[in-house]
Amino acid sequence: MRHHLILHVITKLMIPLIVLFALYVQFHGDFGPGGGFQAGVIFGAAFILYALVFGLEDAQKVMPEWLIRILIAGGVLLYAGVGVAGLLLGGNYLDYNVLSEDPVSGQHLGILLIEFGVGTTVASVMVAIFFAFAGRGRRKEG
Amino acid sequence: MVTALAIVLMRDLFAMAMMAGIYSLLSATLFVVLDAVDVAFTEAAVGAGISTVLMLATLSLTTTREERPPRHTALIPLAVVLITGAALVYGTLDMPRWGDPQAPIHQHVAPRYLEDSPSETGLPNVVTSVLASYRGYDTLGEVTVIFTAGVGVLILLGVRRRKSDGDGES
Repeated sequence: MRHHLILHVITKLMIPLIVLFALYVQFHGDFGPGGGFQAGVIFGAAFILYALVFGLEDAQKVMPEWLIRILIAGGVLLYAGVGVAGLLLGGNYLDYNVLSEDPVSGQHLGILLIEFGVGTTVASVMVAIFFAFAGRGRRKEG
Repeated sequence: MVTALAIVLMRDLFAMAMMAGIYSLLSATLFVVLDAVDVAFTEAAVGAGISTVLMLATLSLTTTREERPPRHTALIPLAVVLITGAALVYGTLDMPRWGDPQAPIHQHVAPRYLEDSPSETGLPNVVTSVLASYRGYDTLGEVTVIFTAGVGVLILLGVRRRKSDGDGES
């Protein structure tokens, strides 16, 4: 990987902002526009930018493949698990009212959790697809 | 529109990928104009960002020139497209006028969502409450679709070969 000074510095400046914005979109989605899907792709884009500029090996050190696989499945399981938790607490599947004493705060908790699950899955699927595409050419060369 | 035509007419795949990115960015601004900021986020990040990168990654693996397609008559595809288009236009004739408040879609469950959502879920953003709470099953299905897509790509491309790397193309 050749060393591009300007690219490296600008990317280092940009990535924290992008990740911060992704987290804002994720957890502020209840009040402003946004939610798990949007936050997931923004986070994925930040990570792909890092991988583009600093190289695939460095990016895979930050997020190794086994971690990505766990996160992909973990997001869906978190979503489905919230539904099962509703069942166990005596409600319907994906009924958040029973998650807390007060139905409204139960809804809050449920929506926050499932949006987090959505964001996790979307972000890690995006990164996984990029790694799969970018890693393919690398492996053939080597 | 101009970019879409340019994509169809161009032969250089690299320029095509760039034009597709520009097209996505333009439609993202269009979504902002239409007040659909959520969709604009997604379009800008996925359409203009990630999918362009993926296309470029694919191009770096293959070639950047499109092969000249074999020449054959365009009459049958043209007829199919015309008939389908005519059927779709005929279908729109029965639809209620655009923006009509009496249209069935505005009468069914939408008023209840709009009126009761703040008190039932305590969220000011109705889009989120509909997406995550009232339509929780649908969103679970969408996440499962994305999960399946990721697993599919990993199975097709991402699995490390068990034997040593050198044996054969996959």
